Order: sequence, then structure tokens, then C-alpha cells
Amino acid sequence: MGKTLFDKIWDAHVVSSKDGFPDILYIDTHFIHEVTSPQAFDGLRKRGLPVFRPRQTVATADHNVPTVDQHLPIKEELSRFQVDTLTRNCNEFGVELYGLGHPFQGIVHVIGPELGITVPGNTYVCGDSHTSTHGAFGAIAFGIGTSQVEQVMATQCLLQSRPKRMKIEVNGKLTTGVGAKDIILYIISKISAAGGTGYFVEYAGETIRSLSMEGRMTICNMSIEMGARGGMIAPDDTTFNYVKDREFAPKGEEWDKALAYWKTLYSDIDAQFDKVLYFAAEDIEPMITYGTNPGMGIGITGHIPETGAVEVHEQPSYKKALNYMGLEDGQTLLDKPIDYVFIGSCTNSRIEDLRQVAEFVKGRTKAAHVTAWIVPGSKQVEQQAIREGLDKVFEASGFHLREPGCSACLGMNEDKIPAGKYCVSTSNRNFEGRQGPNARTFLASPLTAAAAAITGRITDVRELLEEPELI
Amino acid sequence: MATKIFKNIQSPAVPLPVENIDTDQIIPARFLKATTRDGFGSNLFRDWRYESDGQPKADFVLNQPLYSGKILVAGKNFGCGSSREHAAWALADYGFDVVVSSFFADIFKGNALNNGLLPVQVSDGFLESIFAAIEKDAHTLVEVDLEKQTIFLHHSGKEETFEINPYKKACLINGYDDIDYILSNKELIEEFESNQ
Repeated sequence: MGKTLFDKIWDAHVVSSKDGFPDILYIDTHFIHEVTSPQAFDGLRKRGLPVFRPRQTVATADHNVPTVDQHLPIKEELSRFQVDTLTRNCNEFGVELYGLGHPFQGIVHVIGPELGITVPGNTYVCGDSHTSTHGAFGAIAFGIGTSQVEQVMATQCLLQSRPKRMKIEVNGKLTTGVGAKDIILYIISKISAAGGTGYFVEYAGETIRSLSMEGRMTICNMSIEMGARGGMIAPDDTTFNYVKDREFAPKGEEWDKALAYWKTLYSDIDAQFDKVLYFAAEDIEPMITYGTNPGMGIGITGHIPETGAVEVHEQPSYKKALNYMGLEDGQTLLDKPIDYVFIGSCTNSRIEDLRQVAEFVKGRTKAAHVTAWIVPGSKQVEQQAIREGLDKVFEASGFHLREPGCSACLGMNEDKIPAGKYCVSTSNRNFEGRQGPNARTFLASPLTAAAAAITGRITDVRELLEEPELI
Repeated sequence: MATKIFKNIQSPAVPLPVENIDTDQIIPARFLKATTRDGFGSNLFRDWRYESDGQPKADFVLNQPLYSGKILVAGKNFGCGSSREHAAWALADYGFDVVVSSFFADIFKGNALNNGLLPVQVSDGFLESIFAAIEKDAHTLVEVDLEKQTIFLHHSGKEETFEINPYKKACLINGYDDIDYILSNKELIEEFESNQ
């Protein structure tokens, strides 16, 4: 019987497999950041252990950094201490750090791929659930807790039981105004925020194949939002072309050797999955969420489901969510006034996202009452945007291009949405308080977010795309 | 390095019948700036527990003196979202030894087990019967026996068994540590690396 892509990579990384024990899985690269690593470094100190393979460990500061005036010391004391602690720990343990001020600094899941650190066939972990992003390259990548961060620092290995395998196929042609973010929000709305728990997902089908690497990363990024351990996409020419010539990608003979191996990384025709789901691209509209978990999403022209349509035991939580959002069941979201737009996060802050937004907002101006933030995923994305003149476009349209970091996706720094305000956000979580205490989040694609910034209300972006001068 | 040893629990339980409780609710991101593992319990469920001015919200279960105990009982898909282990630290620091739900998110489950906090997954029906028992008598005892892998309700005499990875069970009962275990296989790791 053939093997799945997942099993090919997993099997190639098993150091030890014993009955009754989780596998000892070898980790090729361990990404760390300031929030989930300090307690792990402390643990090593208590044990008197070094970082076992410091050259396979890469650090950056992203969660807790300001997105203005990054050249100045961080004002907020606790944030500054946490970022400084990362610097001290990396110096002490010999770990490469792309901290504030470094040209490679940025959101950990943006910089790994853009530097060519993320390549097919490898294993990646990070103390961050959106590590699943790196699966877009045909890699096994997933988030871990801090005890496991310490484990990987100490051993370059992780104790992990093999998850079940799920395949999600999307076939057909996407319609105008619909992109990768809509695909993944649609899938999660169909299978729920827990529908993937216990599984590692492989996304396949012609629609997925047609996506750029940026789009694939957006899809794999949100695997965790359906509970899945991770998501992956078999590598192909799109992948190889993206990786080639990047800073740390293999070069010369190493490249040829790697490429030959990467071409063997696909699920065999007779490989068995524990679960297979199929979706049609034509069924997918621009998506938006209305509730307080990413599974609570609808097509932009849809209506919020009636409470009666929800299972009885889920109704109290459902009402709680709508109450938090200040919304009624049965209502449409179209024309709902909004206050903030956030374009950023490890889901949608790459150069392609910024280009798409710039193209759409060029010649348009944001609604006066809307605050519109664009937070690039990395220093390199920011610099590329400036080289291409996107910063001028954003400025002319009333959008504020800030400096890189996780920013208002989780509001650990000052970038918080005020209580009660509505934000259309390209990030990944609409949990209560995620963007700030009592902030209300609508998750959507960069295009839908940009359209909301222009009109000041939730808008079907397709209506604006169909304006004659844009055709 | 020895870790916390899990002892069997007999305790009243605290009911929190909300589904999809994500780790941002358990401990909001703005409290993740600490660089140690201590003290997260005071901000457990911060925004459900306190008004923005710091006043306790009277209707939240942790603010109701009627309910107490070492066991938290919550709706399905507990611990979804962010991988922050601070969520497990906050629950343990507050004083919980067990979380019962009909479904747990994967990363949370792993984090809990690594901190001596036992996630007990029960059937939907059994979860309902725990909530019903607590509603009738807030002081009713719930008993969790890790050795036998059972959860027992004194109120009704109902019992259910739960699953746990045998290795993690041994770790909890004996205080074994994952890093010690992996390092005992160091030769295998080095052999794996030399074969790459």
C-alpha cells in the first residue's frame, strides 16, 4: 500500500518508535520567539543543559514588538523586558536571532519561508499554533507548548504520537473576488472549529494547486482553526520556484540533490487517509465571520444562521457569541458599519497580500471614520512594498503602513481594537477579546477588508471589482 | 528532572458549560509578557471574571462562593486556539488538577499533561450528567482515578472510563520527565543525525 505525503516525511524523521510510547521525532528546524521561549530557556538553565543544536534554532521577535518607531527602545516595560530576555537568551545559548532592527526580522511564519529556511520534506516546530503555515511547502510543521520548546531545545527531538491523516480536496475554478482566505474560511465554516482535531490535513485538488505559495501559506496557516495539528500541500514547481535562490535555500549540487528528493514528496495514488473531504471552488463566495470562533463564518451575501438551526446543546454558546458581537441571528452582515480594518498577521501580511490591497485601493480613499492599519509580515516585505511604491498608494488612500510584527492579530503590543468597536481583520482568530478587551472581529480576506475600509461598512468586494474603470 | 506527581482526586467540581473555550479566554494575550511560569492563576479567565475596572463579575462561576474544587468541568472543544502553555499554567496555578470536557484541542491536551493537569475526556451524555449533578448539589463530589482511568459521580453512582496515552499516564503517576526520557536515547539521536 502506498504512503501519504505526511507519512513519508514522518517516517523519515522517526528516531525511535516503541509500543506504548509516543514516537521520538527529529526536528530539522526549531523557530522560537520572545513569548513562548523564556520559560524554556530557564528550564535548560535549571537542568544545566545547552541548546542541543543551536544552528538548527532560529529566533525572532514578533508577538510583542511595537509597529511604529521600532528604532527606539520599546516603551512598554514588560514588553521591552521580554524582548530583551530573548536577546540575552540567544546570546547565552548561541542561537541566531533576527531581532528588532535586523533586516530579516518579522513574523516567524513569514520569515522562515521568505529566507528559504522552510523547504519541502523537513520538520518544523515553534511555540506558536500557526506553525502549520510552513506545511504549504510540503513539510510537517506544527505548534507546540513551552515544555515542548524546552524539549526540542534540549534534544532537537519531540515526543509525539502520530496523528490521523485527513485529505481535503478543493476542485474547480475560483470566481472573481474569491481567494485563498475565502477557501479556508469556507472549509472551517463547513467542518467547524473542532472538525480537524486529531488530524493532520493534506490539502489537494486543482484549486489548491492553482494557488501561489502565499495563498497556500494562508490555507495551511489556518489549519489549527479547525483544530487540525497541521496542514500541508505537496510540493510542485510553484514550490520549487519559490524556494530557489532564497537566502538559506540549498545551492548548486545541494539544490539538485534536494530537488530530486522533493520530487518524491506526494501522496501515493493508493495511499489511505482516515478521512477525505471534497469541496467545489465554485460554491465559495467571499467569506466573513460573524461569531467568536473561526468556524462561525458565512458567505458575504449570506445570513447569520437562526439559533433554532443550531444544535440545542450548542445554543447557549451560540447566543453568547452573537451577544458579544452585538449581532442578531438571521441578519445579513452587508452594510454593517465598521470602525477598524487590520491587514496583517501570519495569515495575510505577505507581499502578495499587500500588492493585492494596493491594486484595489489605488485611486480610492478610505471612509473617514475608519482606522486602517497595514502591518507587513516582515522587514523584507516592508522594504519590498516601499521599493514597489505601495507605501505611497496606501498613504494616498488613507491607510497606515506600519512596521512588522504580529500587531493587532492578538493585541499583545499597543495595537488594540477598542472595546465595542468592529474590526474587519485579515488575521486568523475572532475570539472574544483577541484584538483587545471586548473588541469585535470580523475575519475576512485582504480584498474584503480593503473594501470595508473604503466604504466604511461590510461590503461585497465583487460589486466594487465590477466597476467599469477597473475592468 | 522529576515533575509533579498526580494523585487521585475527590472534589466538588466547578461548572463552566461553554463550548469552544479558547486559550485566549483562559489567559488573554496581554498577560503573556511574563518570563516565568508563576502567577498566571490570578488572571485565569480574566475578561470573563473581571470588569475592565477590575471589579469581579458576580455572575461568573469563579466568583460564586457556592462553587469550588480542584476539577473544572467545561463544554466541548476546550482549549482550542493558541498553543500558549500559559493556559495550562493558569489553570494549575489557580488550583485545578483536572479539566473535564467532552472534547479537547490537541495542543492544550499535551500542554496540560506536561504540567500535571489531567484532561479527562468524557462522552457528551456523561458531561451533561455532571452538569446536572452540580446543578442539583454544588457540593457533590466527583472522583477521578488515574490508575483505573475512571471518573465517578457520587451523586448518581455513574462512572465512565477515559483514555490516556500509557506513557503519559506513567509520567503523571511517577513524575517521569519527557526530556530525561529522550536524552536516555541520545545515542539514537546522534545515529539518526549521522545517517542524514
